[in-house]
Amino acid sequence: MLRMPEPDHSVLARRAEIVTAMRRIVPHASVIESATQMRPYESDGLTAYKQLPMLVVLPETTAQVSAILQYAQAHNIKIVPRGAGTSLSGGALPLEDGILLGLAKFNRVLDIDFTNRCVVAQPGVTNLAITKAVEHNGFYYAPDPSSQIACTIGGNVAENSGGVHCLKYGLTTNNILGIEMVLMTGEVLRLGGKFCEQAGYDLLAVMTGSEGLLGVVTEVTVRIIKKAETARAALIGFPSNESAGQCVADIISAGIIPGGMEMMDKPAIHAAEAFVHAGYPLNVEALLIVELDGPQVEVDHLLARVGKIAAANKSKTLRVSNSEAERTLFWAGRKAAFPAVGRISPDYICMDGTIPRKKLPEVLKGMAKLSKKHRLAVANVFHAGDGNLHPLILFDANKEGELARAEEFGADILRLCVKVGGVLTGEHGVGVEKRDLMETMFNPIEIEQQLRIKCAFDPKNLLNPGKVYPTLHACAEQGRMMVRGGALPHPDLPRF
Amino acid sequence: MKPRDAMDLAEAVKAASSPFSVTGLGTKLNLGRPVSAPPLDLSNFKGIVAYEPEELILECGAATKLSDVEKLLTAQNQMLAFEPPNYASILSTKHAGSIGSTLACNLAGPRRLKVGAARDHILGFTGVNGQGEIIRAGARVVKNVTGYDLPRLMAGSYGTLMTFTSVIFKVLPTPETEQTCVLADGGVSLAVAQMAQVMATGAEVSAAAYVPKHGVYLRIEGIKASVKARIDMLHRAMKLHEVLPAVRSRKLWQELRDVQPLADQNELQIWRIVMPPSETSEFLAALPFAHDYYLDWAGALTWLAAKPDAGVRRYMNSGVATLFRADEAARAKTDVFHPQAPELAALSVRVKNAFDPNRLFNPHKMYREF
Repeated sequence: MLRMPEPDHSVLARRAEIVTAMRRIVPHASVIESATQMRPYESDGLTAYKQLPMLVVLPETTAQVSAILQYAQAHNIKIVPRGAGTSLSGGALPLEDGILLGLAKFNRVLDIDFTNRCVVAQPGVTNLAITKAVEHNGFYYAPDPSSQIACTIGGNVAENSGGVHCLKYGLTTNNILGIEMVLMTGEVLRLGGKFCEQAGYDLLAVMTGSEGLLGVVTEVTVRIIKKAETARAALIGFPSNESAGQCVADIISAGIIPGGMEMMDKPAIHAAEAFVHAGYPLNVEALLIVELDGPQVEVDHLLARVGKIAAANKSKTLRVSNSEAERTLFWAGRKAAFPAVGRISPDYICMDGTIPRKKLPEVLKGMAKLSKKHRLAVANVFHAGDGNLHPLILFDANKEGELARAEEFGADILRLCVKVGGVLTGEHGVGVEKRDLMETMFNPIEIEQQLRIKCAFDPKNLLNPGKVYPTLHACAEQGRMMVRGGALPHPDLPRF
Repeated sequence: MKPRDAMDLAEAVKAASSPFSVTGLGTKLNLGRPVSAPPLDLSNFKGIVAYEPEELILECGAATKLSDVEKLLTAQNQMLAFEPPNYASILSTKHAGSIGSTLACNLAGPRRLKVGAARDHILGFTGVNGQGEIIRAGARVVKNVTGYDLPRLMAGSYGTLMTFTSVIFKVLPTPETEQTCVLADGGVSLAVAQMAQVMATGAEVSAAAYVPKHGVYLRIEGIKASVKARIDMLHRAMKLHEVLPAVRSRKLWQELRDVQPLADQNELQIWRIVMPPSETSEFLAALPFAHDYYLDWAGALTWLAAKPDAGVRRYMNSGVATLFRADEAARAKTDVFHPQAPELAALSVRVKNAFDPNRLFNPHKMYREF
């Protein structure tokens, strides 16, 4: 079972006092202390782990966030920030002795600026709401994680969220211009602004994807772009995963960067088709959705070339969308792949490794072997353009030992990804889910270097401790600490 | 000091008792505040480690010449999409320098408007921190959120945090062709408005600049049929003065990329100023001193030439100004990089300490504090 930092009993003993202090900062109802009312906060999208927080506080101004953090810093209280709670890696998993800082009340779009092509939003605004706010002028916010109707822009910054269009349009980090954030000391900082540069170090990049460990984001400025004139998708069936994989490589080698390029394996195709009836071919081993966007003439031209490349790779079926409704239908199956798999299996966990694309056949073969070893089925959806795999491991939590086997299977898959030159996570974050695998990718010196960044932002280790890194870190000797011969400098520090 | 390999570099740093001026091919020594320390010469870290066109990945030694990288990519119809500039003439160097220095200074050309800067294309690096530890960050994959984003932090750190030995970049296909539409000069306010108007169309321009007396330049790249269709679209939306064919278009954007329009007046300082485009014309109108300038990035970037001690920052409402070309004495006494708010400055010092606690790398190159 997952180990988290030991609760601080002296903090728990002061709970009533802390509740009173919080109610001096935010309205009475914005501090939630009853177990029943805190229940919705006990887990995020990674529902295998649950923990009630000490209490939930829902601030609505930057000044309140600053005051809360200042109090927590002075009284050694841990803070777990939370947006909409859609994280798939447990980034918002509460701590027993921590305040869960919910940012849902920060739900306003503050400024829509078409002249400078940006939107300033509070962190609790959903990803899709930003696009909704600007689409009447033909603009949109590019990163589109599958959870975009629910996930918040603040959470997107914390996780550096991606989506199906990031090969062409980038991740969150490529699409935000500035943030306002609060350090544990209560200090309020502004990084960047309505322009694409910062004074000094690129701390915006460090904050993006830092999983709530460095600061609390209280405002985000995002870049918006003009929607392409046309988008059309091709649905292409292949006799093998290898031929589909080769087709992806050939499309990119031909100088074509599709707006989206997704691959599904046979189990995923069947699950999605049974759920959505998108008209996916069922007699193929792998399916590609290739979407081209841009001016009509360009899209038509490139689709013809993609068709030729597919044929050269022995494609068995090819359908091109002829209407917006048909294009949406092609995507519906892919976007519903997770719930579709949820229909055929009582439980599933979704993994998120990235691999060099050419290693796909090797990794899929390895995964089939692991599936036998762990006696659990797996379905694969894959952001094929950028090598980001989402294996869905099917299991039944009610059967003795299956959750543990599913987790071990997942860990084996991620180890395989790292072994072929890939990484543990492409877009879901490390959270608690992959925390204990960090050492398969980084040596102790490299982890130590990353922990020293944490020290620069949060030397008392109070912001979201126990996430991302498998050890805590003493910051007292900041910078002067040496790791020699691969030995950890503080063997006495708790490992989770 | 000229280390042979990463181990040698790590040992040299571990053994060091006084600071270094970190240098690859020596082309960025005139950029930033002057560093008075003996060189840590990284020029041995050169050569291609891996180039996989179908994976859109390039890994090479940090001191590999930018022109060598570009030659290799061009042969496969690929490019560093952020259009790394060649500041040889304004920084008085022999060539554009290395890929590592391009990253360290987070450089970008006109296409930043569409695809971002070096920081948006870096995927990973290997380097040595100020304690002589070899650190690897990122990987040969284009999508990765495992741990803090060290590669992007290195971009724009001017060699003050770590020294790179190798870097991994994302590369992209080169557009089949390009043309540039020219709008007649109607003044800077109109130019900024026109560029904003174009950015709100489906023309997908990959660069938009304004040069006083010459007009607005809008670059359209892609396959031939698409370029033609988008130029037609612009034709319908606004009055095009001229359309430059590919060869002239390429030459023009190279000149704008490399700050050629301001390069000649050697007695003038050159500022690189980034601000929201909506504030640019007001800023320029407020300047009480003689100046020469042009705009890039649809008005977000102003390249400004003025006499020393002009006090450019006083007239900015928001944004970031860098003193890009100035003599050594001026760079020593002026804030070359944009001053930070006190809390941010303090955090920057702590970040510096997290990598280079003994202040060995490029002391005071960015800010007096470190």
